[in-house]
Amino acid sequence: MVKLVLQGYDPKGFYCELLNSAADPRLRERLAAMPIGDLARRAGDAEEALYNLGITFTVYSDNDAIDRILPFDAIPRVLCSHEWQHIERGVVQRVTALNLLLDDLYHEQKILRDGVLPAELILGNANYRPAMQGVSVPHKAYINICGTDIVRDADGVFRVLEDNARTPSGVSYVIENRHMMLRAFPDLLEDIPLRGIDDYGLKLVEAMCDIAPVSGGEEQIVLLSPGVYNSAYFEHVFLAREMGVPLVEGRDLIVQDDRVYMRTIAGMRRIDVIYRRINDDFLDPEAFRPDSMLGVPGLMRAYLAGNVGIANAVGTGIADDKAVCAYMPRIIRYYLDEDPLLAGVETQNCRDPESLRYTLAHLDRLVIKPVGEAGGYGITIGPLASRAELDECRAKLVADPANYISQPCVSLSVAPTLIDGAVRPRHVDLRPFAVTGASTWVMPGGLTRVALREGSLIVNSSQGGGSKDTWVLE
Amino acid sequence: MSSSLLARNAEDVFWLARSIERAENLARILEVNETFARDSRGVRNWLSIVQLNADMESFSAKHATPSADNVIGFYLTDVGNPTSIVAAIANARENARSLRPLLSTEMWVQLNVFHNRLKTIECDDLAPGNLSPLLTEIKEACQTFTGITEGTFYRDQAWYFYRLGQYIERADQTTRLLDTKYHLLAGGRGGAAPAEVGQWHALLRSASGYHAFRRIYSSRLTPALVAEFLLFNPSFPRSLFLCVREVENAFSELKSRYALRQGNGVAEHLDGLRAILGAVSIEEILSGGLHDFLDMLQLRLIAITRGLSEAFFGRRAAPASGQQQSQNWLTNEQLAMPLQRASGDG
Repeated sequence: MVKLVLQGYDPKGFYCELLNSAADPRLRERLAAMPIGDLARRAGDAEEALYNLGITFTVYSDNDAIDRILPFDAIPRVLCSHEWQHIERGVVQRVTALNLLLDDLYHEQKILRDGVLPAELILGNANYRPAMQGVSVPHKAYINICGTDIVRDADGVFRVLEDNARTPSGVSYVIENRHMMLRAFPDLLEDIPLRGIDDYGLKLVEAMCDIAPVSGGEEQIVLLSPGVYNSAYFEHVFLAREMGVPLVEGRDLIVQDDRVYMRTIAGMRRIDVIYRRINDDFLDPEAFRPDSMLGVPGLMRAYLAGNVGIANAVGTGIADDKAVCAYMPRIIRYYLDEDPLLAGVETQNCRDPESLRYTLAHLDRLVIKPVGEAGGYGITIGPLASRAELDECRAKLVADPANYISQPCVSLSVAPTLIDGAVRPRHVDLRPFAVTGASTWVMPGGLTRVALREGSLIVNSSQGGGSKDTWVLE
Repeated sequence: MSSSLLARNAEDVFWLARSIERAENLARILEVNETFARDSRGVRNWLSIVQLNADMESFSAKHATPSADNVIGFYLTDVGNPTSIVAAIANARENARSLRPLLSTEMWVQLNVFHNRLKTIECDDLAPGNLSPLLTEIKEACQTFTGITEGTFYRDQAWYFYRLGQYIERADQTTRLLDTKYHLLAGGRGGAAPAEVGQWHALLRSASGYHAFRRIYSSRLTPALVAEFLLFNPSFPRSLFLCVREVENAFSELKSRYALRQGNGVAEHLDGLRAILGAVSIEEILSGGLHDFLDMLQLRLIAITRGLSEAFFGRRAAPASGQQQSQNWLTNEQLAMPLQRASGDG
């Protein structure tokens, strides 16, 4: 007997994105009628196509470079229009508040003086850039590209885990996943009106023009990448192509008289805006890490002189610090006089002795995260941790409490996912991407990441995560 | 406004074209040697391929004898040999990775799949009877890439650097191919010795020129005619004459279309090369020594490459202190090794 995709699928009490969704029932019906072998075969073909297309990241080990795809799960994740409107408005609100926060922190610091944020949390933070003090950026748009990580709890409530305000990645997979769905599963999409995602590159170019020191349509924009050996290199290629701008490396750029140029076959050519995919630390060996081979000596001078736009602005790392994130409801109220549209997750800053005591007492029920890490590294998930892991976590907390926050363990929603020829529930999150120049635009949907390991709550690609196409219904 | 080509990308596209062209030529040479190049005793000379690539030193460091297995392994699958087909395609793919924003998706996918295919070659594929189809497959994959490039690559500055690389490499390969047989030409005005006819056929086949040659010289096959054909024929796509003309065309179009002022040294070398090819007869070349003539041509091609590097790729000029030094500046191995170049800080 032919087994069908949703036959025997059991979300085991978790909130299921497909079964609980009020979205268009046709996707559910089509999946319910599709033989699982058919899904598996087409999903396999799709993954092979991703490999051949070079939509990959490269893992380096002993003289060997191995190209891996981000595993692609063919069963899409669907958001209906009112769910999306809620997320979209909430993301715009957060980005707006974070940009106002950065503008304040790098100018008058009213929020510190008013005691809403503890000054030492900001001024003592490794991601705070004193060089940016007093520097204004056009439209107060510090965070031009923001990726907001959102989960859904057992009651179906969307909750923000964190904002990625430095160089968030993953947007290329959003678009490539959609193209893959269109190629491999045209029948699943038939007659279901979806919000388009193809104008991301255009919106980026508009935002880059908004932050250029000159205007008039002649802006030379470039995408600055660490180069072919960076694991996100494919995305850099993707973005440069979508924007239609040169993909440069630090060695292609030179600063003369506080102006930035790229080396072309016809000599030096002036550059107006840099979308950089290099962290602050490596941007300019004269200003930051002197050992950086990836950056451009003198770039900060040109930036501070107002001769080049940089996206994201230097110093945005302070806005995506996990400890600062805990203050988001207060930050939003302070700058916008509004209640947060998107819920957060109750966060304990362990720098606070009371919070540290609470965290240590409830270690086995909490998630403990280092404040400045990305990529899912250094996280301890209390309910899933072994005795030894909890002991190790406890020791780290006591040794350096200010480096950690703790949150209750959110029971993440699941989505049906093809695992070894069977469809099983796996936890997912959502990362919408917001692009900000003179105004903020949010790409419909975003990256749905899925934790492929059974029971795992960590969706990061570096930790065994995959991704799904994300549908936003009209 | 994004039409101005990065110096680094110009260099990458130049070497991408050279690597593909090189791999195609090498596959053809190996295939012809496997199939046709037997001497009167039925012995195939594999050493000549090592000589042609100027790899005597690196080959003998790895292998005691130039046996078929050793030479084929060295040039087909040895990733440690920078002049092997797998290394050429790996280099091409590395260049293509840097160039991905400029290449068509179809170019990239074909090269990526080809590169991954080469990684799956096993011992059994090199066995007699399997080798020839494999080499044909490699040759055709290179030709496919060339065809996709012709059909999909945007015609801006990068395209001209692609053509420059393609035809400079092809010209270089033709001089090397001819050079392997120069000793048979020593004073050879008359017809080929019967024992050598097979060798000359093989030479023409290595350049994919056997049937074209037959159409022009249907009744004769002398060593001098073969050399003349490969050097001077204006219509044969791998003749030195035609390759140099293509290089000249690409270069002058590039300069005029984009109003580029640099590269006068390249233009001078090209003028010189054309003057030589227009003024000298095959008889004069043979009496003066073919090997020396080919050597001079190769040095000119190296000088053109160096001129392009200095004028357009942002490479520093070599110290100008005599012929010896400038010859050392770019050895054959370096020419064939874009990766080594990329790891420098120049």
